[in-house]
Amino acid sequence: MPELEQAAPVAVAEPAAAAPAAEPAKPAVGRYFVRFTRAQRYMHAVLFSTFLGLAATGLPLRFSESFWARKLAAGVGGFGAILFFHKFCALLLTLAFLIHVKEVFQRGIFHREKGIFWGPTSMVGNWKDVKDLFGHMRWFLGLGPKPNFERYAYWEKFDYWAVFWGMIVIGFSGYAMWFAPFFARFLPGWALNAALVIHSEEGLLAILFIFSIHFVNTHLRPDSFPMDMVVFTGVESEEEFRHKRPMEYARLKKEGKLEARLGQAPATWLVNFSRVVGFTAIFIGLTLLVLTLSAYFR
Amino acid sequence: MKHAFSTWLALVVFAFLLLPVTQLTAQAGPDCLSCHSDPALQDSAGHKASVDGHAFASSVHGSLPCNACHADIKDFPHPDHIAPVDCKTCHADQASALAGSVHSDGKDHPCTSCHGDAHTIFPKTDARSAVYPLNVPRTCGNCHSSDGMAKKHGLPNVYPAYMDSIHGFALSKEGLLVAASCQSCHGSHHILSHNDPQSATYKTNIPRTCGNCHAKIDVDYEQGAHGHAVMRGNLKAPVCTDCHTAHSILQPTEAEFRMQSTPICGSCHKDKLSTYHDTFHSQLGLLGGYVETARCWDCHRAHDVLPASDPRSPIAQANLVVTCGRCHNGANLRFVQYQPHADARDLKRNPALYLVRLFMNLLLGSVLTFFVIHTVLWLIRSRVDQLRNGSGQGGNHA
Repeated sequence: MPELEQAAPVAVAEPAAAAPAAEPAKPAVGRYFVRFTRAQRYMHAVLFSTFLGLAATGLPLRFSESFWARKLAAGVGGFGAILFFHKFCALLLTLAFLIHVKEVFQRGIFHREKGIFWGPTSMVGNWKDVKDLFGHMRWFLGLGPKPNFERYAYWEKFDYWAVFWGMIVIGFSGYAMWFAPFFARFLPGWALNAALVIHSEEGLLAILFIFSIHFVNTHLRPDSFPMDMVVFTGVESEEEFRHKRPMEYARLKKEGKLEARLGQAPATWLVNFSRVVGFTAIFIGLTLLVLTLSAYFR
Repeated sequence: MKHAFSTWLALVVFAFLLLPVTQLTAQAGPDCLSCHSDPALQDSAGHKASVDGHAFASSVHGSLPCNACHADIKDFPHPDHIAPVDCKTCHADQASALAGSVHSDGKDHPCTSCHGDAHTIFPKTDARSAVYPLNVPRTCGNCHSSDGMAKKHGLPNVYPAYMDSIHGFALSKEGLLVAASCQSCHGSHHILSHNDPQSATYKTNIPRTCGNCHAKIDVDYEQGAHGHAVMRGNLKAPVCTDCHTAHSILQPTEAEFRMQSTPICGSCHKDKLSTYHDTFHSQLGLLGGYVETARCWDCHRAHDVLPASDPRSPIAQANLVVTCGRCHNGANLRFVQYQPHADARDLKRNPALYLVRLFMNLLLGSVLTFFVIHTVLWLIRSRVDQLRNGSGQGGNHA
């Protein structure tokens, strides 16, 4: 994801003054820093809602022999609705993907913005990510200190590239099946067979990964439990920023850019709304995960 | 004078000719009814002994005197116990056919059990007859329904199944006299067990039996692989009833039949069903409602099923574009290289597909294995850290 330091829409310089009044119940009286722009949050919202839609309408097909497949299909609105929703979500997600790719290339190549393809704010992996991975594992086992993470940690980059690769693979195989006679003009016959294998296996991987690994790594681990709201509100507290991404915090401070990232404490309605949406998404995801596992290990 | 004599002679001859007839009717006609028309009349055992003279007169036997059947009654008063009526006396052919049938036990299956009350038997073309085509299922159903004696003999409860079938609907709803009812397939008097090679419902005879009405389908079937196999004596090959069932036959274009048919083919073609289940055709089809997706016979045809090596087969290489094109607009030569029964688990048959699946499975397995371990270790470590140092007390970002 392109970084946002230059583009951060900072509105108020003294958020600390407004925050306590808005949220008296919360001890957080400190400063808030912007991590995601509005566009990035919308992108995530489109991504997870279409993904949930695709999963809910794809799983009954993938496990059509399971006891719940027909019930789930009926719940979505019968068979016709399943295909319609699946294709509808697919088109929406494709559009979001294309907009993102356009954005990345526009900023990285045409505007020659720094930090898109390399550097500490880029999504592209680097040597530090490898070191962090091993360092993190050593820390798990109590063999070393916890690594200081930058703006995007290695597992976050993995999430990003897994989704990136997944969308290309699932999307391409999906369209190949949707418009099979057209794709058959340039693909060999067995590719049509392979398309379903690839589509369903990669889809399954995405579902299992997002609904277990991503949920736990990003939301359910003790550091963020029960949900990391930053992707909904766009901001996080100074304390959390420093705890989770100490290297980015230090770098911004050193470069004198920290204040430029200051944001407003999120409004109560936004927090509550985000909680409802977030927990609904997690609930749907975990339900689908249980159904998937029940069908897989039946 | 001569004229008067001849007139007299003619009258005498006529009177003599008439005499035995009038004597007989006088003996067992209206005279019998003088007692037996009493609706309350019973014999000493308590059996009903009354006869409705009008109904009897209109029945197929109405012109016969009573003792044509009750032959042991010679005069009045007749003995209390009279011999059972033997229909065989007149209906010898039917009786001998019945004697060799599953209904041969006269005690359990008297003629009246199908033909109804002995004194009101009508010809089978008469709508009042118990064996009029539209009445046959109900007549047989008297026994062959769940409460009947079919239960006693371990026979399936066929009556409701038949009534809900396409034949049953044609008969009961449309009133089609040509609709198949029980005797169309089983015969009437000479009904044999389906295990008897002489039976119309013996496996190898079924195509001909159904073909009595479905002549074109019988011809198609006998040209197909299944028909050939059955004619060669392979009793495992399916005949009509194996796919359509015997009694609960559905309209084959109906959703319910399309939903239930694939497992029927799959009960023999297990490997084909398994590979079919891997395809989009099956995944869509199994969800129900969307019944248009290809089932076995949409590609293979139902009756003249032929191997791909036969140029007449819809799945012969040269016919695939047409066959697939029936659903897939724009199907071309490359499109039809798609294998509807590809086996991604078979390296020899589908090497490319096998490798694709292997790669995907390895990818899925390795990514998930690594990250599950990673996440579990992380969770434990974070919790320990949290308890020990009080760090990371949940998200505080909002």
